[in-house]
Amino acid sequence: MPGSSGAGVRAGVRRSAPIFAALGDETRLRIVVRLSRDGPLSIAELTADERVTRQAVTKHLQRLASAGVLRSRRFGRERRWEVEPAALDVAENHLRAISAEWDAALARLKAFVER
Amino acid sequence: MAGAPDRIVKSILLRATRQRVWDAIADHRQFGEWFGMRFHAPFTAGATVRATIVGTTVDPATAERQRQYEGIEFDVVVERIEPQRLLSFRWHPGGIEAGVDYTREPMTLVEFTLEDAPGGILLTVTESGFDRLPPERRANAFNGNAEGWAICMTLLERYVAQSAAHAG
Repeated sequence: MPGSSGAGVRAGVRRSAPIFAALGDETRLRIVVRLSRDGPLSIAELTADERVTRQAVTKHLQRLASAGVLRSRRFGRERRWEVEPAALDVAENHLRAISAEWDAALARLKAFVER
Repeated sequence: MAGAPDRIVKSILLRATRQRVWDAIADHRQFGEWFGMRFHAPFTAGATVRATIVGTTVDPATAERQRQYEGIEFDVVVERIEPQRLLSFRWHPGGIEAGVDYTREPMTLVEFTLEDAPGGILLTVTESGFDRLPPERRANAFNGNAEGWAICMTLLERYVAQSAAHAG
């Protein structure tokens, strides 16, 4: 909302620090970009493109999953990786942030009328 | 974006008289005090009222955070006033960035309603019309409300688009 307190930005920064940390590696960033374009992909398919071992790719995927950037799903006998869809729902996140700003504004109103 | 949520609805019980609550909403000076802005004119139906961001007087921590936006101006267009019961206006939601012309963009509608409730007044605020906003406004990285994820994903989407363009 206009007159934003900046609390949304602050909260967003706090939440996203682990995400940036997870993305702060060229191989991992490349994996995310690849998956957002071509996903879901198996580890074998991802490894074929990278000049790193399957084991290293697995480690990177786990790191990205724990930051909430990726998720894996089983397709038949194979596990495939994709970008976490919730992470892409920008509109909903934006609305959630505005919603939080309203919570804060109404708390100020309450303090104002009840003092 | 199809299926995207269109509105935010919030209610809060205020332990104060209807008059007190109404004045805090409808009196432009009082509204500005708790919200953290200075309105240049009273609220009257149909009026476009200019506002300047200043710190709220209610909460020092919020006032401190608002300082980075201090002096930025924007307009609200007052829609309806039903004394003691309802006030609504339109504005441009999300961060207000100095020097950006928002006048051609759709506005959201903010509506305050007052109802009697045990112990006070139930105030409900509804902000609607988000589905009409352009996607870049929803995800605007300069937006004071945008969450880190939105910023991340916008940057990433741009990056993907660029690398796709280079690749192909």
